[in-house]
Amino acid sequence: MELEEHLFRREAGRITAALTRLFGMHNLAMAEDVVQDAFCRALEVWKFRGVPENPSAWLMATAKNRALDMLRRERTARTYAPELGRLLESEWTLVPAIQEVFSATAIKDDELRMMFSCCHPRLAEESQIALILHIPCGFSVDEVAGAFVSGHAAMEKRITRAKKVLAESKRLFEIADEDDFSARLPAVQRALYLLFNEGYHGASTKSAVRTELCQEAIRLTKILLAHPQGATPATHALAALMHLHAARLPGRMDGAGNLSTFYEQDRAKWDAQLVAEGQRLLNLAASGPDLSEYHVEAGIAAIHATAPTAENTDWRTIVSFYDMLMNIRPSPVVALNRAIAVAEMEGPESGLRELRAIEGRERLLSYPFYSAAFGELELRRGRRKVAREHFESALLLARSPMERQFLQKRVDACEAEESARPAGSNTSTKAEAH
Amino acid sequence: MSEFLFLYRGGESGRSSPEVAQQTIQKWMAWMKDMGAKGHLKDQGHPLDRTGKLVKGQKKTVTDGPFAETKDIVGGYTLIEAKDLSQATEISLGCPIFEFGGSVEVRPIMQLSM
Repeated sequence: MELEEHLFRREAGRITAALTRLFGMHNLAMAEDVVQDAFCRALEVWKFRGVPENPSAWLMATAKNRALDMLRRERTARTYAPELGRLLESEWTLVPAIQEVFSATAIKDDELRMMFSCCHPRLAEESQIALILHIPCGFSVDEVAGAFVSGHAAMEKRITRAKKVLAESKRLFEIADEDDFSARLPAVQRALYLLFNEGYHGASTKSAVRTELCQEAIRLTKILLAHPQGATPATHALAALMHLHAARLPGRMDGAGNLSTFYEQDRAKWDAQLVAEGQRLLNLAASGPDLSEYHVEAGIAAIHATAPTAENTDWRTIVSFYDMLMNIRPSPVVALNRAIAVAEMEGPESGLRELRAIEGRERLLSYPFYSAAFGELELRRGRRKVAREHFESALLLARSPMERQFLQKRVDACEAEESARPAGSNTSTKAEAH
Repeated sequence: MSEFLFLYRGGESGRSSPEVAQQTIQKWMAWMKDMGAKGHLKDQGHPLDRTGKLVKGQKKTVTDGPFAETKDIVGGYTLIEAKDLSQATEISLGCPIFEFGGSVEVRPIMQLSM
């Protein structure tokens, strides 16, 4: 019997969420201990005896027994969750309470409750996504630190602090309250969006890590979609956006794990099934009057995912989508992407003009792909020397070995006798910015 | 063919992440499977609990485990078939326990024949 990929991580997230509902948020560490014990036991037994018929059920049963042991030992030493917690005080209600917590329907809602809990309004977005990876996704602190290319100590501190904020609530977020649910939903969507972006654009040099982040974001978004109140047009659009981007992931890196420019990407490698699923979700998103930023971004992604070649892309529509995005959620990075699309539509001179006109562009000065965009457009005008200088400044700003390698290649391209790309072709920076 | 006992000591991964725990299990399973496929696996054996009792001496004094430092506690055993001690030792080299600082003790089971 083979183990499904990442099964432990997912079960850890689910079981932790379920136990936390019973124990209370302030006893999260106790839930984590139970889970840790259950997984240690699986490790010890399974390495000799093999994987049991139903590994998830085995893990859950083991966690259940560990939880009972611990509760019997500490019944009076702690206070547990409001309402549910008192069931733990008597032997008569203790076992049924644990049984209920581990029932299939309850556990699905608990994952959702935990996701909402992690998006606490008092937490910064970075802390929210770190918590989401750590608790419902089952990443260790080290693995979260690895995903964000952060030091262990810094991440440990951030997660510990964030957990303290959660602990003040005593209980998991209550998804049954419709008003609370709707009020917290945008923060959850935003966190899932950022989690996906961290995978798609993030700094980790390991493509496997990045793919996993994208997969986790998609998995959690599907849980949100499965809840009647979570399945809003914006959530559908968010899911569409993730699928359409994920479809292009296999083409973004070459065999050696280096970033490919937008033009070099082998479109045959794009995942047609994910594109189709993305389009299906985008159709479902089209109900109702609300146009979210996710709708617009999914619209842009859909054009890219279905264009036969980079040259034959409907840049005019893409520019109009960026105009909409600038209305909904203006930012210098959106403006940068818009400028690049304008260059595609009208040529490098227009693109350069737009780049210089970006409002708040001082905030882009430390962003390597702002300088790189100038480099690409200058290169297309044939001004190699100027282009080279731009790429060199971009190189100084590179945040990861992968970016450094990519930008070094662009510096080298300015040296080449003939431009490697056909006239009128696009910036490679685009691949990054989109 | 002769029989050998592998005694595993230490090599606990401690508070490992779920992902690392899963990978560790998969490595052990792959190793066991490989030994089985090559006809070396007589009995995959069992893990041993860390607790227990030690009964000792003529007075039969009984003490509670653990009996040694964690790294010295036997955590499990496997029964192997191999040509000779050197082949059995060779087989043990594939054990994932070494990644976690554990050890494998390879002991020939004594033959009944003279």
